[in-house]
Amino acid sequence: MASVSVRRLAVSFGHVKVIENLDLEVEEGEFIVLLGPSGCGKSTLLNTIAGLIDIEAGQVWISGKNVTWTEPKDRGIGMVFQSYALYPRMTVQQNLSFGLRMAGVPRAEIEARVAKAAKLLQLEDLLRRRPAELSGGQRQRVAIGRALVRNVDVFLFDEPLSNLDAKLRNELRVEIKKLHRDLGNTMIYVTHDQIEALTLADRIAVMRNGVIQQLATPQDVYHRPKNQFVAGFIGSPTMNFLTGRLILGAAGPTLDLGSVSIDLSAYGFARQSSDVPAVLGVRPEHIDLGAASPGHFAANGKVEIVEPMGADMIVWSRIADTPVRIRVDGDSAFRNGDDIAFHFDLARASLFDAQSGERL
Amino acid sequence: MSALAELGPASGAAEPAGPKPKRLTAGRLGLYAFLIIAALFFLLPFYVMVITSLKPMSEIRYGNLFGWPAAPTIAAWLKAWASACTGVTCNGIEVGFFNSMKILIPSVILSIAIGAVTGYALSFWRPRGANVLFAVLLLGAFMPYQVFLYPLVRVFSMIYLYSTLICIVIVHTIFGLPVMTLLFRNFYAGIPIDLFKAARVDGGAFWSIFLQLIIPMSTPILIVAVILQITGIWNDFLFGLVFAGRENMPMTVQLNNIVNTTTGEREYNVNMAATILTALVPLVVYFISGRWFVRGIAAGAVKG
Repeated sequence: MASVSVRRLAVSFGHVKVIENLDLEVEEGEFIVLLGPSGCGKSTLLNTIAGLIDIEAGQVWISGKNVTWTEPKDRGIGMVFQSYALYPRMTVQQNLSFGLRMAGVPRAEIEARVAKAAKLLQLEDLLRRRPAELSGGQRQRVAIGRALVRNVDVFLFDEPLSNLDAKLRNELRVEIKKLHRDLGNTMIYVTHDQIEALTLADRIAVMRNGVIQQLATPQDVYHRPKNQFVAGFIGSPTMNFLTGRLILGAAGPTLDLGSVSIDLSAYGFARQSSDVPAVLGVRPEHIDLGAASPGHFAANGKVEIVEPMGADMIVWSRIADTPVRIRVDGDSAFRNGDDIAFHFDLARASLFDAQSGERL
Repeated sequence: MSALAELGPASGAAEPAGPKPKRLTAGRLGLYAFLIIAALFFLLPFYVMVITSLKPMSEIRYGNLFGWPAAPTIAAWLKAWASACTGVTCNGIEVGFFNSMKILIPSVILSIAIGAVTGYALSFWRPRGANVLFAVLLLGAFMPYQVFLYPLVRVFSMIYLYSTLICIVIVHTIFGLPVMTLLFRNFYAGIPIDLFKAARVDGGAFWSIFLQLIIPMSTPILIVAVILQITGIWNDFLFGLVFAGRENMPMTVQLNNIVNTTTGEREYNVNMAATILTALVPLVVYFISGRWFVRGIAAGAVKG
């Protein structure tokens, strides 16, 4: 039985259709990340699951119950917001217990549950403080605690770490992952940060214009992107794209880039294709320097720009007049104009139809 | 520290270092002079009122408008408060003061309470037709209310409420509503919507969110609303005259009756004292909370 199930959902604001005919099935105890650029409808989808936005068509099921018309408080969800949304005039203690007090839970049980959540999130020393007296990380922990005390089935996170600085973000990311490991609840997490998505998710739903482009494990989304949008959105620095024409000759398939032709016989085609304009996607970390291994495509070029990034370094060169990024070790020494030889494995590359953007 | 100290006196006045020295320029002096003169100019009438109220009539007849009273007396104040004639009766402006209080307190509470709830509903719950309602309320805020006088008199007399305390309280509440709603709606528009969403997920209902979450955050705008309504309702003349009835004439109407008596000698000192007494309530409110007032007006004006 799916924990959260969204069926044929449609949402529109006025005349703007934000989501149309969307289906999403989330398994019990699964950590799903909704990932996409701003305005792709991921927050809208989360708000619909929470019951905070009126929908136009479709159904929302949580824990086997149709909650399409149910009030947010009765859906068995807890929600954490990007802006923390702590009640400013209440102490941490009062913030944590607000939901329980609204539900008329006995005082002794409120105390027990708040104490438990405070212990889990290391908030015990802060219970008497107001939100204004907390740091950003502490505030977000209180916000998580507020969802925690209510013993809900499903946690919804709306970009919870976006307002924090990079260091805190990394720390809290691990804490959320631990929390999921320890509690085992279903969690749906909205973010535009691919690192958060890749590190946290059991499955990632990459969204664009209100449509789920790919729903798959982080490995699949990264290594076998379903279309060119997903390929370009995931991964930093972004994937290199080589535009050419797919030719299915007698000697095997090749990609004709004009001056260069790439042998595609090692590439695992996803489906049958004909001679079409196509785009080959190669991740910068999949390009290696030095002499080619058998079955790899090899090229020579000049170093155009070097971007040191600490742990590694991005070297810019060219294949058939298209700039390519190559990720190399951080302590390599390259200078502009150096001649380099590089090669990549076509089995790890992705080929897309240039027209539709779909994987070939 | 030491590096700065070395820079100090040795390098002389030519090298800018540390805080920029403040200089009193001619422009600044002129500005202050203008401000002081302007302040005096606006204070002058008040000064004349106060000293006139402290003079006996014999001294006023002398004609020295700005002169300090030779024998200051509070007789005129006592008379204005307790025994000046407001038409047929001669009980002073005291009656009007308490009438005004009776009108003021329920009107202020009611109009603010209803305005706050309406503003809250409009900005957070966004019911169907909220925008239309808001547009109508805005229109109401800009309509000259004299237009409504006669129809309202007819309506109230039809339901046997005309010329009662309830009548005048209802009128003040209704006419305060557009501005109060606007004020609260704009203030609540500045509160992050996530806060409201979080409260809904936490199980808050319409009233519990309003009372436990929104009202505790509304202190600044509540103060502004109280000031606006106290001064507005206290200074009202027309509604009081038309709707309050003979028994409940507010202080402003009584003041008018004292000042505009056409029989006998015009008692300028009593008139001045009565006027100051009437103006005292808004004046005190302004002095206590002027800071909040300006802040709230600015907040209401900018956001929308």
